[in-house]
Amino acid sequence: MTKLLEVKGLHAGYGQTKVLHGIDFSIEQGSVTTLLGANGAGKTTTLRALCGMIRRSGDVLLNGEQINRKQTEDIVRVGVAHVPDGRGTFTRQTVEENLQLGAMTRGDKAAIAQDMELVFSYFPILKERRTQQAGLLSGGEQQMLAVGRALMLRPKLMLLDEPSFGLAPMITREIFEIFRELNRKEKVSMLVVEQNAQIALDLADQAYLLETGRIVFSGRADDIRDDENLRKAYLGY
Amino acid sequence: MELFVQQVIAGISTGSIYACVALAVVMIYVAIGHLNFAQGEMAMFSTFIAWQLITWGVPYWVAFFLTIAISFVGGVIIERVIFKPLDNAPILSHVVMFIALLTIITSAAGFIWDFSIKTFPSPFGSAPLFGSSLISAHQAGMMAVTLLLLLALFFFFRYTRVGLALRASADNPVSARLVGIRVSWMIALGWGLATAIGAVAGMLVAPVVFLEPNMMLGILVYGFAGAVLGGLSSPGGAVLGGFLVGVIENLAGTFIPVIGGELKLTIALCIIVLVLVLKPGGLFGRATIQRV
Ligand SMILES: Nc1ncnc2c1ncn2[C@@H]1O[C@H](COP(=O)(O)OP(=O)(O)OP(=O)(O)O)[C@@H](O)[C@H]1O
Ligand SMILES: [Mg+2]
Repeated sequence: MTKLLEVKGLHAGYGQTKVLHGIDFSIEQGSVTTLLGANGAGKTTTLRALCGMIRRSGDVLLNGEQINRKQTEDIVRVGVAHVPDGRGTFTRQTVEENLQLGAMTRGDKAAIAQDMELVFSYFPILKERRTQQAGLLSGGEQQMLAVGRALMLRPKLMLLDEPSFGLAPMITREIFEIFRELNRKEKVSMLVVEQNAQIALDLADQAYLLETGRIVFSGRADDIRDDENLRKAYLGY
Repeated sequence: MELFVQQVIAGISTGSIYACVALAVVMIYVAIGHLNFAQGEMAMFSTFIAWQLITWGVPYWVAFFLTIAISFVGGVIIERVIFKPLDNAPILSHVVMFIALLTIITSAAGFIWDFSIKTFPSPFGSAPLFGSSLISAHQAGMMAVTLLLLLALFFFFRYTRVGLALRASADNPVSARLVGIRVSWMIALGWGLATAIGAVAGMLVAPVVFLEPNMMLGILVYGFAGAVLGGLSSPGGAVLGGFLVGVIENLAGTFIPVIGGELKLTIALCIIVLVLVLKPGGLFGRATIQRV
């Protein structure tokens, strides 16, 4: 298998505060990788560092090409879509405009319209609400919108920051089911950051555990799921 | 009754000036999320550029559009050079910079063109429209240009990708960068557009109030009042607000004896305060209902 993303010695932080102390991980082409860890471990920070939203050092390679010097706007252009912490809804724009914004860097009008239909086929509720102001959607609907917006990029890699946050268990399962489908059918590779380890491990192929800015375990998601000692030690269940 | 109708129409025609300024105010508000106190002076400076071009013998409409283009570029440059470095500075630094800019521009205009009052031509002429004494050709032209401008802005924001990108940058700058919008250039674009609209307003106002470095001083307050009344984020609201302020000002000046001619400016300030207290979103500002 070839590596889609390769991260080596990634350091990042906020001002004087260092949060990531040189982490290494990689994501295989076409796979789902999950990054787990407690509150404050640095999961969100890792995604922000990958996208250049904060200062970072270390190597980040996408398909072998260095992207750690690129600006956020240009990292989008090489096919990395970030569904941020808090969903990043454009609250004053309509649902449809939010989706169009996801395709802002693309020029192929016809294909964009097609992808909009594709998003609607995965999330029919968004089609019903297409002319509504996006800030009025429920939390779950906004999460769907955020995923839809990311899909509109036709991304190679999707970064998902706690997609289950604030959602009812049933909606969470539904959304994760859709992630699985997107991964299989649309061939989108994913990096999923989660508090909800159980559901993330069900979806993922590969898992990394992050503790105060360091990777303390990496392995196949199945292995962690089936190993009670590991689970108890790192995930507390 | 005839006096009333006359005053309403007179109000609408001065209102079109305020409407035009209010449009520029809304433009900058959408782009940067607050007001630019130097906007009036920037418009005045643009008008001087137009005056200079016309004095050099450039035909009116060529000078008109050339001035718009120069102002657009000037607005972009001002943002890049002066305000971009202040990106993360607190709002107070911006306010200080606006005041500095205002002072510098006024003195610069005074230095280059001196403070004497100049006449500025109207492309529409000053003859009464259709021989009626209610409204002059220039006033009618002013209204037409304001409405055209509004229409153009509406289409730009509503139906173009750049317009959407601009709105999105104002709405959620972090997310905007995450979908690949170059937010910092959107802000510069907003400055350019606002400055260009301001130039149009200045060129329309100048034939009425005469051209001099302090020409826009009072008018900007009316423009603010119009924009606030209409809702700061709504171009259509701002235009209507501008017209309303013109009408209210005229009626109050005529029918409320204490106000007369001198206290008219106070009315604009009262409108601003009243709207901000009673209905902060303005009459037509999109109610941005937000979940928390
Ligand atoms: N904007 C910020 N400025 C300063 N420090 C921050 C900022 N954001 C996060 N931090 C700090 O960085 C550390 C890691 O935070 P991060 O948000 O990456 O954690 P996380 O793993 O995503 O946690 P959670 O599961 O709660 O979302 C925390 O100690 C936090 O206080
Ligand atoms: Mg987080």
